[in-house]
Formats: sequence, structure tokens, C-alpha cells
Amino acid sequence: MHELSIVSSVVDAVTESLAAYPGARVEEVRLRVGALQSVVVESLEFCWGIATEGTPLAGSRLVVKTVPVVMHCAACAADVELEGVQSFRCPQCGQPSNELRQGRELEIESIEIEDGVTN
Amino acid sequence: MTTRIVELRQGILKKNDELARGLRGRFTTAGVLVLNLVSSPGTGKTAFLERTLRELRARGSRAAALVGDLETDNDARRLAASGAPVRQINTHGICHLDAEMIDRHLAGWEGVELGALDYLFIENVGNLVCPSSYDLGEKIRVALLSVTEGEDKPLKYPTLFNSADAAVITKMDIAEAVDFNRATALGNIREIRPGIRIFETSAKTGAGMEEWLKYLAEARAEKLA
Repeated sequence: MHELSIVSSVVDAVTESLAAYPGARVEEVRLRVGALQSVVVESLEFCWGIATEGTPLAGSRLVVKTVPVVMHCAACAADVELEGVQSFRCPQCGQPSNELRQGRELEIESIEIEDGVTN
Repeated sequence: MTTRIVELRQGILKKNDELARGLRGRFTTAGVLVLNLVSSPGTGKTAFLERTLRELRARGSRAAALVGDLETDNDARRLAASGAPVRQINTHGICHLDAEMIDRHLAGWEGVELGALDYLFIENVGNLVCPSSYDLGEKIRVALLSVTEGEDKPLKYPTLFNSADAAVITKMDIAEAVDFNRATALGNIREIRPGIRIFETSAKTGAGMEEWLKYLAEARAEKLA
């Protein structure tokens, strides 16, 4: 539901960072989205074209990588990956845990740009 | 022309997060405990908050509320009846509150000084999805769930329940009439957020309010220490 707000924030942030690369054209934008973020990847992609129109990101591709939830299990003294987000128990020993190591990401990993002719 | 990869590694909601961090600092300095109340539409956030504000004021605590709503100021008017300062935030279609809206509505809030408050409640827009991504600078995020909503709600909205610091079950006075399965509901909340504090309340009868108010006082003392 808030995918358009998220995409707009991505467009703003990337546009800002482009100031360091005058004349560059954005080919691709790569995001990392945690499995625990209620973000629908298809909706992000759907919004991308509209949100980038008329910006330096127009025509670029959006690549979204989903990051699984990893929690720390004190009993096993290990970081363990969860298969879903329906139960926060160690898949090995069944102990519940609140110590998340990853899975809440909502970040721009990198951008692929084509340098301007002047460079 | 060459193509290259530029690593950015930055939060998408960086602006919101930075603003929220600034707000959290201001709240701590002012000594006000800030809570963000999140639930579906119709859970009874407003009724619960109405009762909370009334009880806090009766005990001599200074509490205020910011209330998010898509279009109306009905909730703000209801809450203002408690005598506490209340300010409406109309999001005009936006499905969540963000840190900028909080910042903007704190500015120029006539008669309200953060330093003169013990508690500030932020009633989010009724939505269990989008508010979970937006930090408002709160110390405590409260997820509310009513007995009429189905015991599996935490499993359907794990993002929100997993990010909550406390959970409140509302409308306990009609639990029996709607065949509310208490054990299942509590189990589901704890499955998503192990160890979370859960309050079983009724704004109508006042059940569970004593325990909730005690928690608020303790949280304020502890979080602001």
C-alpha cells in the first residue's frame, strides 16, 4: 500500500546521489528488502515506471533482492535463518528469540550508471 | 561510454529515520514518554486512548495526543473531551503517519510544551501494514487487536506485531459473546513476538487499565532514566 511512497523515496535518494556523477544515466537500481518488511515486490515494480517518469531514472530497471530473516538463537549460540515470518523460533531447537540479525532491510544497495559523454 | 556500479548502501527511508532519531532525542530531553498506537481500523484505538487519557489525568499525569486520520477530526474531538491537549493530523489519503508529519504538528501546537508533558500518545492511521515501516521517534510501539478481529491477526501481520514493544487486546468485555479464543490469540502474539507484554483490556468496563497504567509509569521511569 505504501509502495509508491517507498519508490518515490528511492527516486529522490538516487537523484541526490547522481549529483556526484554529472551527465550519468541510470541503467539499474538494486534494492535489498527484508522478508519482514510488508513490501510487495510486484507493486514496487509496478510503481517504478510511473515514479521515474521525467526523472534521471526514467527507463532504468529495478532489481529487488529479498533478504531472509536471520535470528540469533542463544541456545544454539548460532545465527539461524527462518523459512518464513510466521514463527520466531529456532528451526533447530525450537527456542523463541527476539534477536533479529537481518530481515528488516529496506535499502538501496547500488546503482548501475552509464557515465556521461563529457567524462 | 562506460557502465559502472556505484554502491549506495543507504536506507530507503533514511530521511524519515534521521528525522525520527532527532525527534526521539527531543522527547528524551523533554522527559516525555512517546507511544505510537497501531491497529486495524475499528479495533478501538480511540476508545482505549480516551480511557487512558482520562485515567492519567485523574492521577495527575500530564498527557497529550496526536491523532492521525485520513480525512476527519472526529477522533480528535472525542479525545479532547478527556481534557487533554489533542491535535489532529489529516494525512489526506496517505495510509500512515511519518516523522515529518509529527515534527510539523508539534511545531506551533498552541499551549503544548513537550517539556511540560509526561506522556505523548500518537494514534496512527488505522492500518496494520504501512505504519510498521515508519519510525515516528516513539519509545514504545503498541500493537492493538480487538477480540472481534480473529485470533490469527498477528500471523497475518507479522511485520507490525514483530516490531511492537507491547500488545493490547481491546473489547475484552464482549470476548465471550464473540467466542474469542484467548489462549490462541495470546499464543499467536507470542509466536510472532516472543516475550512481549500483553494487556487484556476493556475501555468500557475499565478492565486491565490498572495494569496498563502501571506499565506506562514504569516504562516512563525506565526509558527516560
